[in-house]
Amino acid sequence: MSNTKLHVSDEHRHDHAHDHDHAHDDACGCGHTHSRQLDNHALVSARGLAFSRHGRTILSGIDLDVRPGEIVTLIGPNGAGKTTLVKLVLGIESPDSGTVLMPPSTRIGYVPQRFDVQRAIPMTVAHFLALGQNAAPGAITAALKDVGAERTANQQLSQLSGGETQRVLIARALLRNPNLLVLDEPARGVDYVGEADLYDLIGRIRDERKLGVLLISHDLHVVMAKSDRVICLNGHVCCSGQPETVAQHAEYARLFGPQAASALGVYLHHHDHAHDLSGAPKPMRAGDQDNRGR
Amino acid sequence: MFELPQPFFLNALAAGAALAIVAAPLGCIIVWRRMAYVGETLAQSSLLGVALGLSLGIDLTLAVVIAAVATAAILIGFGRQKLLALDSVLGLMHHAALALGVVAIAVLKGPSIDLMSYLFGDVFAVTTIDLLWVYIGGAVILALTLQLWRPLVRLSLHEDLATAEGIHPSIPRAIFDILLAITIAVAMKIVGILLVMAFLIVPAVAARPLATTPERMAIIAAVIGVASVFVGLGLSLYTDAPGGPSIVLAMCAAAILSLLVMGRRAG
Repeated sequence: MSNTKLHVSDEHRHDHAHDHDHAHDDACGCGHTHSRQLDNHALVSARGLAFSRHGRTILSGIDLDVRPGEIVTLIGPNGAGKTTLVKLVLGIESPDSGTVLMPPSTRIGYVPQRFDVQRAIPMTVAHFLALGQNAAPGAITAALKDVGAERTANQQLSQLSGGETQRVLIARALLRNPNLLVLDEPARGVDYVGEADLYDLIGRIRDERKLGVLLISHDLHVVMAKSDRVICLNGHVCCSGQPETVAQHAEYARLFGPQAASALGVYLHHHDHAHDLSGAPKPMRAGDQDNRGR
Repeated sequence: MFELPQPFFLNALAAGAALAIVAAPLGCIIVWRRMAYVGETLAQSSLLGVALGLSLGIDLTLAVVIAAVATAAILIGFGRQKLLALDSVLGLMHHAALALGVVAIAVLKGPSIDLMSYLFGDVFAVTTIDLLWVYIGGAVILALTLQLWRPLVRLSLHEDLATAEGIHPSIPRAIFDILLAITIAVAMKIVGILLVMAFLIVPAVAARPLATTPERMAIIAAVIGVASVFVGLGLSLYTDAPGGPSIVLAMCAAAILSLLVMGRRAG
């Protein structure tokens, strides 16, 4: 009898050993096991979200809070379920289980990942901005100016560059006067310089408007520079916390594999730059320098 | 001197022009949502409606409306499943509907019925009762389309964005599909089952290169549609060519011209 029991529990442990990441979660202690209670003061609070498609589990056991004034960044490899999680939070998809609490006072500005403008739809930028809300013409011009895209007002949406499109989408989101800005890979299709500008813009918007930001990014360097909290996602929350904590986490390194080192190198480079301005440079890791030297 | 047009010609003009106006905004949304195949299936199910009307002895337009709306309901159901792309289902359904309709009419009434008038329309046979259908039905459809216009444009542009901003995607779409079914059923009389989708889509295609906003595209499509009805019916009157196909030819000429002249510039 006791033998059987032991055997069962052995098997049980074996099952969990497959789920490598859960073990790490407990070890790191910064995962989702902390607070199971929904956060009433958050702009959006989710607990225990699970989602599967075609019988394949995409997300399980996800907790997420975004509070006013903080930038929360989701990172994770392709197929980690980042976009799906955002869609659950926004109510575009419904979770199989779990709860999303969004107080009525939360106003969402959403910048979707893909905005492949259908050329079949004629649409000027100004018209696109007016479509979502009853904004005065002056407000539209002001919003475009705010994101540095005032010259695009009379252009067709389909003729914008990647960076211009993102700025216009952000302007549109801001016109809704949101207190929660959700951006899904906003730097997609934007060159490196444009990318840095774009994240500066997002940081500035947060500072000026004191809104909460939920950001999906695979650009690790930017994540480190601007985020208040990073959530490392791979079907579940692998680890989360302050950027420095997550960067040193074993799970993070495992998840991003060989690229992690070089990405971190970019991060440190960027971080150096940021700190040069404020006068507190940070030493680089030997491994990263190695990697960059090649 | 100048000859006064016959009443049948005036009826045809009145019905065609009104339908062209109703069809214009719907046609734009069909083009944006890439649902020409959906419309084709609705149109070809109309023949089943004719068979239904003949067998039950009820008003044929009403029977066709019922068949088209029922088909739309089935398609809305199919849209929810994600196993097969809707295109594949439609590819099967619209041919099946056409074949079934032809067989059903043949079995029910014998070969004496004029299939051609259903397939290509008989615009000069439009009666006063038909006109009533067109005007009352058309006014209701137009009013509902305008009511749903902004949500439909936003959903066509980016479904996730519209949903995140609080538009429930399935409700406006389901209503639109039903409006489309009714429009097709009514327009079938004029241009026939095989050309009714051209009547809806071609003016929108012609308007695209000339428009800078969705609303302008719909208005320009309406203008092109009405003009094509006049040109097509005029052509038909003087050459004895069938009315419906003549209208569609005029629309196609406008679309080709528009795409050739403006297409390059508008990009």
